Order: sequence, then structure tokens, then C-alpha cells
Amino acid sequence: MAELDVTIVAVERKIWSGKATFLFTRTTSGDIGILPRHIPLVAKLVDDAMVRVEREGEEDLRIAVDGGYLSVTEAGVTILAESAEFESEINADLARADAGSEDPSTAARGRARLRALGQLD
Amino acid sequence: MAATLRELRGRIRSAESIKKITKAQELIATSRIAKAQARVQAARPYSVEITNMLTDLASEAALDHPLLVPRENPKRAGVLVVTSDRGLCGGYNANVLRLAEELISLLRQEGKTPVIYVIGRKALGYFSFRNWAITRSWVGISERPTYENAQEVADSLVEAFVAGADDDGDDPGADGILGVDELHIVFTEFRSMLSQTADARRIAPMEVEYVEEDHGPATLFSFEPDANTLFESLLPRYVATRIFSALLESAASESASRRRAMKAATDNADDLIKALTLMSNRERQAQITQEISEIVGGANALADAVR
Repeated sequence: MAELDVTIVAVERKIWSGKATFLFTRTTSGDIGILPRHIPLVAKLVDDAMVRVEREGEEDLRIAVDGGYLSVTEAGVTILAESAEFESEINADLARADAGSEDPSTAARGRARLRALGQLD
Repeated sequence: MAATLRELRGRIRSAESIKKITKAQELIATSRIAKAQARVQAARPYSVEITNMLTDLASEAALDHPLLVPRENPKRAGVLVVTSDRGLCGGYNANVLRLAEELISLLRQEGKTPVIYVIGRKALGYFSFRNWAITRSWVGISERPTYENAQEVADSLVEAFVAGADDDGDDPGADGILGVDELHIVFTEFRSMLSQTADARRIAPMEVEYVEEDHGPATLFSFEPDANTLFESLLPRYVATRIFSALLESAASESASRRRAMKAATDNADDLIKALTLMSNRERQAQITQEISEIVGGANALADAVR
């Protein structure tokens, strides 16, 4: 079965790269799912985006992405983020507190993290 | 000339305590270089990917974004000078500041008014001592810069640059804000542990370093939203990435320079201690010799008197 090469990089470090069967996220024009052999695409992700990476024989990865861009080429999928956190790195209470913040960018980051935890759609 | 023994011992003690301090600084700097270098490395994938993405977009988007087009008659040029907050790092700050001076006088010759932005207490002190107007300064970030710091700097620079679009000489134009028409950055490039050089680069209007590759037929991308909007939102981010990598390199260079300066200071203290110890030993021996000859002289005089 065909697989996607996924690379997720944040400004300060490379977050993750590897093989995936399916990638799901939300761009400014709506939810998008990417399967192998997707047409080339460059898109801006919403501010409170969550990226779900489905892998064969392994658990799904859920990553909260802040200020992200998505690019799909024949070579694979690249996600550029200002900052990104794995589900396991997220502090739920802190995320909930941030989501209620008055500062829109902090609130978006909080929502992204809650979404990665599956506590928000 | 021979100093007294007590003075020499005092000087040895003070050299020893200076050596302790410089040695500690050297060790701290050494451990920081490794971390700073790791951060430079860790930030590289992002700048590679953002360049790739811009290259993909560049073929589709109209390249008329204000950040890309050189202004016809540039009057004001922004200069961002990156130095450290602390001294004790040899020629690190002096080199950056010398280059900044050169750049500024070059800009003046070209008839542009320099607008100065500084990062680091050393540059702040340098320029304010010379009574130069500093438009904005950031301190306390030079040793461990974060991306948020870089973004803050980039935001205010890009804002000034965009505001400068409608300026006419010293007339702020329609928006009432006196902006800049060019942006330059002066920072220290980290080449290796042993070599760091001050470098000046133009960041706006920018030359995106497109990746030259032979793709064969160009890939047809679809864009969400359209290519121009994407391009416009990516460009300021690209500026922030450039500034961030300059900050990281400067931080690594600062630690490397400090390590070198402190190592030299420690070695000098060692030499000084050696020379002073030699002198004090000589002095001590001279004293002993004198005492013995005094005793012998006294004894002889006594023996003569008895006889």
C-alpha cells in the first residue's frame, strides 16, 4: 500500500518525520484529509489547527500546530509550524486556561491543544 | 626592581582570584556554545522548508509584494545591529559595531538616512553614548533568543518597512508614520568554533534565495487560499526566520568569542602567577641570605670582641 512521507517542522526544531497512511487537518477553507497520491497543494492551516497522522500498525499521532502551512508534493507532505506539540506533551489544564484567554492568539493555541487531546472538535 | 615580599604575595592572590573567575566564565561559555550550535542546527529544517515553499509559490504568485520590490528612491534605511548584553567577549561587539558604522556611513553617502534598531545592551550603550537616535531597542534576549523575540523584532521592522511605502523624503505620507525604505541587519556569522565574522545583509526588499533545482516539468499546485494571499502571509514569516537565524548565529558566536577571550585571560593569569611566584621566591631567598649574613657578621664581631 502506498504511503505518505510526512515531515513536520517547527521553527525551533524538527517535530516529526516518517511514513503515514493518512493525514487529517483543517485549512482556512475547511477540513482536509490527505491520502497518498494527493494532488500537489499549498495551504494555510487555521490558527487553532490539529494535525492527525494515521500510521499503519501504530497509534495515531495528534499534534497541535500553531501558525501552520501545509504543502503536498509528489515527494510527500510538509507541515511548517511556528510551534507544535504532541498530544503527550500537552498539559490539559494549561491548554484549557489558554483557550479561555482573551488574547486571540493564545486562545487559538489553547484550542489547538485541546483539539489534539480530543476534548474539542 | 624588587618589590617587597608582602606586595608580591598580594598580587599573586589577586591574579589567582581573577583566574578563578575567568576560568568559570570560560567553562560556562563552552557549555553554551554546544547548546547554541544545536539550536542553529535545529532551526535549519524550517528555513529550508519555508524556502522550498516560497519557491513553489513564487512561480504562481505575482511578485509585486512590497517586501520584494526595491523602492525607486530609497530615503531612509533601517539598520538592525545585533550585539551582546554583556562584555568579556573579546572583539565580538567591537567588530559588529565597526561594521555597523561602516554600513551607516555608506548609507549616508548614498543619501539615505539611517534609522537604527539595536539588540543588546552593548550596541544600545555605544549608540546612545554617541547621541545617535535609536528608534527601538531590545535587550536581554541576545544570549538565548527565542522565536517569539525574533518575531517581535521582525513585526516592528516589517511594520516600519510597510509604513515607509508612501513616504516622500521626510514627509511621512498618507499614513502619518515615517517608515523605512530598506532594512539591513548587522550580526555575527558563526562559521566555526574558531572563526566568527561580523556580517551585514539586506533583509528588505529581500532576495529570496530560491532553490535552483531541475524538477523537470513544473508541478501544478492548487492553493488554499490563493497563491498571492499565501505568499503575502509567508513573506513576513520568512523575514522573521531570517532574523531568528541571525540571532541564533550571533548567540553562538558570542559564546565562542567569550570562551576564547576568557581562555586567553586564564592563560595570562597563569603566566602572571608564574612570574610573580618566581619573583617572590627570589625575594624570600634574598631575605634569608641577608639574615644569615647578619647573624654570621654579628657572631664574628662578638668573637673578635671577646678575643
